[in-house]
Amino acid sequence: MMRITLIAVGLLLAVLLPLAIPWLNFVFIMAVAQGFAALGVVLLLRAGMISIGHAVFLASGAYVTAFLLRQTGITDLGLILLVATLGSGLFGFLIGMFMVRYRAIFFAMLNMAVSMVVFALLAKLYHLTGGTDGVRVATPTVLGAVLDRTVFDSLLLYISLALLVAVGWLVHRYLSSPLGKALEAVHTNEVRLEYLGVSAWGVLLYAYTISAALAGLGGALAAIAVGHVVPELAYWTHSGQLVLIAVLGGIGGVVGPFIGALFFEIVRVVAAGYAAYTWNMIVGLALLGVIFFLPNGLYGLVQRLLKRGGGS
Amino acid sequence: MLDLLALLIVDGLADAALIFFVAVGLTLVFSVLRILNVAHGSFYSIGAYVAVSIGMWVVSAGWHPYLTFPALFLSAALVAVALGPFIERYFLRWTYGKSEALQILVTFALFLVFEDLQKLVFGVQAHYEDTPLQLLGVSDIGGIFYLNYQFLLIAMAAVTVILLRLLIRRTMIGKFIVAVVADREIAQTMGINTTRVFVIAFTVGVFLAALGGALASPTSGVAPGLGAEALVLAFAVAAIGGLGQIEGAALAAVIVGLSRAAAIHFAPDFEAVVPYLVMLVVLLIRPYGLFGTVQARRI
Amino acid sequence: MTEPILRVENLHVNFGGIRAADDVNVDVHPGERLAIIGPNGSGKTTFLNLCTGYVKPDSGHVYLEGNSITRLTPRTIARRGIARSFQIPQLFTDKTLVENIMLGVAARRGIWDVLRPLNRPDYRREAERFIELVGLQESTEKLAGELPEGTRKLADIAIALTLKPRLLLLDEPTSGVSARERFALMETLIPALREEDVTAVFVEHDMDLVRRYAERVLVWDSGRVIAAGPPDTVLQDPQVLQNVVGV
Repeated sequence: MMRITLIAVGLLLAVLLPLAIPWLNFVFIMAVAQGFAALGVVLLLRAGMISIGHAVFLASGAYVTAFLLRQTGITDLGLILLVATLGSGLFGFLIGMFMVRYRAIFFAMLNMAVSMVVFALLAKLYHLTGGTDGVRVATPTVLGAVLDRTVFDSLLLYISLALLVAVGWLVHRYLSSPLGKALEAVHTNEVRLEYLGVSAWGVLLYAYTISAALAGLGGALAAIAVGHVVPELAYWTHSGQLVLIAVLGGIGGVVGPFIGALFFEIVRVVAAGYAAYTWNMIVGLALLGVIFFLPNGLYGLVQRLLKRGGGS
Repeated sequence: MLDLLALLIVDGLADAALIFFVAVGLTLVFSVLRILNVAHGSFYSIGAYVAVSIGMWVVSAGWHPYLTFPALFLSAALVAVALGPFIERYFLRWTYGKSEALQILVTFALFLVFEDLQKLVFGVQAHYEDTPLQLLGVSDIGGIFYLNYQFLLIAMAAVTVILLRLLIRRTMIGKFIVAVVADREIAQTMGINTTRVFVIAFTVGVFLAALGGALASPTSGVAPGLGAEALVLAFAVAAIGGLGQIEGAALAAVIVGLSRAAAIHFAPDFEAVVPYLVMLVVLLIRPYGLFGTVQARRI
Repeated sequence: MTEPILRVENLHVNFGGIRAADDVNVDVHPGERLAIIGPNGSGKTTFLNLCTGYVKPDSGHVYLEGNSITRLTPRTIARRGIARSFQIPQLFTDKTLVENIMLGVAARRGIWDVLRPLNRPDYRREAERFIELVGLQESTEKLAGELPEGTRKLADIAIALTLKPRLLLLDEPTSGVSARERFALMETLIPALREEDVTAVFVEHDMDLVRRYAERVLVWDSGRVIAAGPPDTVLQDPQVLQNVVGV
C-alpha cells in the first residue's frame, strides 16, 4: 500500500513539476526512456547475468524509429513505439538465441562484442544510417494530428508515464510469476533448475527478448524526445551506464531502475550546467557509494549481486 | 603484391604489439584476481597522457631528445606505482569472492571517475608528442618506407612475451602466481601471501596497460575516448585468446592486428568491426577462446 | 518378471584415463529399493550422473522403460520421469522452502505462465503436501539456504518428488546427517516413497541403513559392479566385506 502511494505521489509530481519548471519535461521523458532500458538490464541481473552491450537494443529501437519516420509513411506515435518495441524484441530474440548459452564474463563480453559490431556498422553504413552524424527524428503525429512541439512534448511525457505504469505492472507480474522466479533460479542454482525439467536456455531467452523489447521502447522514446539518433547510443559505455542506472536504483523491483534513471538524468543536466566534465565522475562515485554503503540500491536491492554468483 | 604483403604484415604486427600490451595486462589481472577490470582502459589512456606530458617536458626543457624513450617507460612505471596498489587495496580487495556483475560494476565506476579526472587534468583537446617516432625515422626496404618505431614496438612486444614467460616460469613470484591461479585456497594454506600476489599481479597489469598507452602515444596522440576504445579492443583480444592465457593474448593480438591491417587496406570502412567479428567467430567455434579451458561443475 | 524401469547396458565412461564406468550392466525393477554401495571414487555418483544425462557415456546405453535415454539432457530425462537428489543438496538458497517446492510444482505443471504469480493457492496447497510428506512443516517459510543439513537433504528430496517421478535417484541421502538423525530421516523417507509410488535407487555408506531399508544391493568398485543381490546375502560375502565395507 505504502509503495502504491509512493508511486502515485511520484507520478503526480512528474506530471505537475514540468508545468512549473519546463526543462524538467525533457528530463522526465529521458528518465522514463533510460529507465525502460535499465529495467531490461534488471531482468538479466536477476538471473545473475551482466550485459555490457544492452544499449544495442536501445539503439535498435531508436534507429527503427528514425527509419520509420524518414523512410516510410508511418508517422503515428503509437504505431512507431509498437514497431520499435517489437522490432527490438525480435532482434533481441535472434541475438539472444546465441547469447544465453553463455554465463558470467563470457555473456558480458559477447554482448559487448555484438554491440560494438553494431556500433561500428551504424557509424560506417553511411547511406543507411547517416554515419557518425546520425539521423534526425521528425516529430511523430498523434492519432493523425500534427501537434505543436511544446504540446507534443507534454503529451509525450504523459504517454511515457502511462507506459511506465502499464509496462511496469506487466513486468512486475512477470517477475512474480513462475517464469520470473525461474529466472532468479538460474542464478542461484541452474543445475537444480535443469533437473526440474526446466530449460534455463528458454527461461533466459524469454527474459532476454523481453529485456531487448524494453530497451527498444526506451530507445524509441529517447529518439523522439531528443529528435536525433547517433551511433554512440550503441557504444559500450552507454551499456555500462544502463547497468549503472539499474544498480544505482536497485534491482529488487520495477521501480528501482526508474529512480536510478531519474537521478542519472538530473545529475547530467546539473553537471552540464554548472561543472563541465564532472558528470561521469559524479555518477561513478555515486555508484561506488551505493555499492559500498547502500547494498539495497537507491530503492531496491543489490543483495542478489553481493551473493557469490552461481549459488550453493 | 609482395610489397603490399610485407607492408600489411609490418602494420599488422605493430598494431598487434600495441594491442598486446593492454590485452595481456587485462588477461593477467583476470587470471590472478578473477576480475574483469573495466578500468583497465583508463590505465592505458592515463599512461598515454603521462607519457605525452613527460615527453613534452623533456623536449621543452632542452634535454637530450633520446631521453623521450626512457620517459615512455618511466611514465608507465609511475602510473603503475601510483595507481596499482591503491586501486587494488581500496577498491578491488573488497570485491573478491563477490559476483562478477558487482566486480565489473566497481571497475566501471572507477573507469567513469578516471574519464572525467583525465578531462579535468589534461583537458579535452588532443595531445601529440611524437619525438620518439621522429627520431627513429624510416627504413627504405625494397622501395617501401617503414617506420622504424613500428619495428621497435614489435620487438618490445616480443621481449615482453619472453619476459612474462620467464617471470611466470622462473621466479618465485611467478610460481606463487601460478599457484594462486590454480587454486587460491590451497595456495593460501601453503603459506603463500595471496594478498601480496594480488597487489603485484595487479600492479604489473596496470604497468602493461600504461606501457601500451605510452608506447602508442607517439603514433596516435591522445584524446578523450582513447581508454574506452583500448578497453573494448583488449576485451576482444583477451576473449579470443582465452581469458587468463598470456600466449593466447599474444596470438589473438597478432590475429586481430593482421586482420585490422588487411581491413584498412582492402575495406577501410570495416576496420573497426573486424576485431569484434573475429571475436564472435572464434567464440562461436571455441566459446572459451583459443587457449581457454572449461571447468565442469561438480555436483 | 516385469520389464525393468531402468536398464543400463555395457556402459563405459573414462575421465582422463580413470574408468568411472567399466562395462556396467544394471536393471532396476519397478517398485524396488536398490542401494548402491562401494568405496569413494568407485563410480557411484558417476552412475547417477550417467543415468540422468549429466555425464555422457563413451559407449553403452541407458533405457527408461524400454526407451533409450542415453543421449538426452538432464532436463529431458527429468521430464521423462527420473528425478534425483544430490550429495550436496541443490536448492534455491535465496528462496523459502515453500517457494522452492512451488517452483518444482510449477516446473511440472508448466512454467510458461507469466501473468499469474508463482504463489497461488493450488500450487501452495500441493507444495505444502510435499513438505508434509517429508515432515518439514516447521520449516515451510524458512530460507532454504539457512536450513540445517538434514532438513536440506529432505528438502532436496521433496523438490525432486514434485516432479512425480517414477524413478528417484538419491545420492547419499544421509551423508552429513548425524548417526542419530539418519534413522529418523529414512523413517520419514521410505513411507513417502511408498506413498508416491516411486522406485528408488540410493547411494549409501551406512551399512545398517542398507540392511534395513534396501531390497537389493549393488556393490561398486573401480567403475564396476562386483556383486549384486539381497543385502543379507551380499553383505555376508567376504570379498565385499573386505573391499567395500572395510571390516
